[in-house]
Amino acid sequence: MAEITPKGSREKIKKKAVPIPKQPPEVRIKNFNEVALGYTEEQAREEAERCLQCKEPQCIKGCPVGIDIPAFIKCIREGNFEEGIRKIKEKNSLPAICGRVCPQEDQCQKYCVLGKVGDPVSIGRLERFLADWERARGFNIPEKAPSTGRRVAVIGSGPSGLTLAADLAKLGHEVVVFELLHLPGGVLTYGIPEFRLPKEIVKAEVGYIQKLGVEFRFGYVIGRTFTIHELLTDEGFDAVFIGTGAGPPMFMGIPGETLCGVYSANEFLIRVNLMKSYLFPGWDTPIKVGDKVAVIGAGNVAMDAARCALRLGAKEVHIVYRRSRSEMPAREEEIMNAEEEGVIFDVLTLPVAYYGDEKGWVRKMECIRMQLTEPDESGRRRPVPIPNSNFIADIDTVIVAIGRRPNPLIQQTTPGLKVNDDGTIVVDENMRTSIEGVYAGGDIVTGEATVISAMGAGRKAAKSIHEYLLKRGKNKSS
Amino acid sequence: MYEILAVKELAPKIKWFEVYAPHIAKKAKPGQFIILIINERGERIPLTIAGYDREKGIVSFAFNEVGKTTKQLGLLKEGDRIWNIAGPLGNPSEIRKFGKVLCVAAGVMIAPMLLQIKALREAGNEITAVIGARRRDLLFFVEDIKALSHRFYVATDDGSEGHKGLGFLKEIVAKEKFDRCIVMGPVPTLQAVSEITRPYGIPTIVSLMPLMVDGMGMCGVCRVLVGGKMKFACVDGPEFDGHLVDYEELIRRQRMFIVEERLSALLWEMGGLKYG
Repeated sequence: MAEITPKGSREKIKKKAVPIPKQPPEVRIKNFNEVALGYTEEQAREEAERCLQCKEPQCIKGCPVGIDIPAFIKCIREGNFEEGIRKIKEKNSLPAICGRVCPQEDQCQKYCVLGKVGDPVSIGRLERFLADWERARGFNIPEKAPSTGRRVAVIGSGPSGLTLAADLAKLGHEVVVFELLHLPGGVLTYGIPEFRLPKEIVKAEVGYIQKLGVEFRFGYVIGRTFTIHELLTDEGFDAVFIGTGAGPPMFMGIPGETLCGVYSANEFLIRVNLMKSYLFPGWDTPIKVGDKVAVIGAGNVAMDAARCALRLGAKEVHIVYRRSRSEMPAREEEIMNAEEEGVIFDVLTLPVAYYGDEKGWVRKMECIRMQLTEPDESGRRRPVPIPNSNFIADIDTVIVAIGRRPNPLIQQTTPGLKVNDDGTIVVDENMRTSIEGVYAGGDIVTGEATVISAMGAGRKAAKSIHEYLLKRGKNKSS
Repeated sequence: MYEILAVKELAPKIKWFEVYAPHIAKKAKPGQFIILIINERGERIPLTIAGYDREKGIVSFAFNEVGKTTKQLGLLKEGDRIWNIAGPLGNPSEIRKFGKVLCVAAGVMIAPMLLQIKALREAGNEITAVIGARRRDLLFFVEDIKALSHRFYVATDDGSEGHKGLGFLKEIVAKEKFDRCIVMGPVPTLQAVSEITRPYGIPTIVSLMPLMVDGMGMCGVCRVLVGGKMKFACVDGPEFDGHLVDYEELIRRQRMFIVEERLSALLWEMGGLKYG
């Protein structure tokens, strides 16, 4: 096989990525500090050197917000970090977050040519490096377009809403973000744990968006405090973006799910991340984790919950999953982190009931063993129970992480808004809903997905709203 | 930040706050609730809306000083501010002309019951009101509720005022033909009254305020079994058919964090002593 060499260099390419320093597992399971520590300047430059600076870069194809990846990596190589972060921020207002939580292995890095012969360039780690470098110095606030006099209401301050708010503010529109909770960030704040995404970083990136002139109002329940219609009339907004995300947790509907000690992953993570229960009683919201914890499901949320449970002092944490390891929906990196930390994986296992003690606390769970069928026409292997394989395990905490439905309130309180059978909002290719001036994006449109895909939707909706407002402006003045 | 415009002591350790929150006042309806958090480290607690003045932008609620948060709240004065309030949350009560309505309220929930009775009365209902408390000195709004009711009864656990316990209700329910019954109060009261009305098939609505965190259906801590189905009190309620609620389960779930709640209040009180 012909060897690929970096352009203008006689050196052989480096197949191995520069590893990112991490807290060792035995240390990190005793704290909530960030696991991955980030590249130093030297490490970042060394990793950036690996980039081939392809003439037709494939990596950009994999980026939902279309960052000019080779350009920012080139800047790192040259030590021009200020220009590097500027390049990223042309397309992405939340780089410190994306550098940490994007599934790069399925996006930009998946397309990296180097991936064919070794490790792809660690694009996410490099993005994080630049974002952290900038944050440590204080943000440069880009110049904004002159005020258009148009007002946009954003419902929900999660990844889609934040991205859209930043984009529209830069274009000169007045943006107000309505958030139900007392802090901004949506899932970035209440869902993703501190050890994966420190809340100081969310706060700083939101601070940047505030500096762009975006106003945040907390404790506002759109659908109750104001309806969409009222936002567009009484409250004087020209357009509305719905980014309310995923909401109600699903339960399996098996006996014992209302026992004490059974949490939805949402409740568990909201207590830990938003309310900082791990600091109880210094902070006021308590949480209780027993010795033996079962987390039902194997997505990223399940991994987060399992790893939080370990840090809260559980002796044994099990992931209970009805399919096999290779079908687990979580990112490989998160599964590996959980494994390293000692999470036990009980695959091909399905809970069928929980049993409690006389005080109503969960004490045992009954499970059934599963097997996978031969692949059907779609190539999918379905899990089916193995008859008479039921068994009972001692357990004192259960965290149900099997997914969430879309938040329903706006759909219920907005006549004329077209909704799919699964409760998601119908939009066209420009993120327009069935009501003029009302747009939607993120999990409320797609069902549960990733932070970056929600950001991509926010970016697209911002473009669409901007065009709508310009057109509308012309019509109004003529 | 939400400014407290007025504070009243309704009874020992029961306070009434009027807070400036025009956007909530504008939309609030009987039966709904708010969630407040007093500072960054605080917990989110749900409180039933007990009054509103749309023009002045005021929302009112009452609370019992039992845990750390409510004790801290109890120290706040006029002009002090609450960090954040979300609302209005939950479904409003169904208010229309039912006919003869029996309204039973106990403890701190007497406060939102007054709002409920005003609305029911305005809708043309004939009101039989019962208010109850542990002792005579814990009763409040006696004259206000009496003035709005066609028949009015008082009950205390120790018999220091009015009837002793709610047992007397059995006779009233047997004699009168009620079209609807509304119950607000601690879970044992909801359960007791629901059992009294059950044999007569009187539609009985209970207002539930279990543990909550977000209040918008995201966490699911407020789940209750109603007619064997799992419901979230925050978004499916807070009012439910009193004859279908699994009260034992509800009581157990309400005690889920009782040890932590006591610890939290105790540590705070000790700190309070130390630091004055």
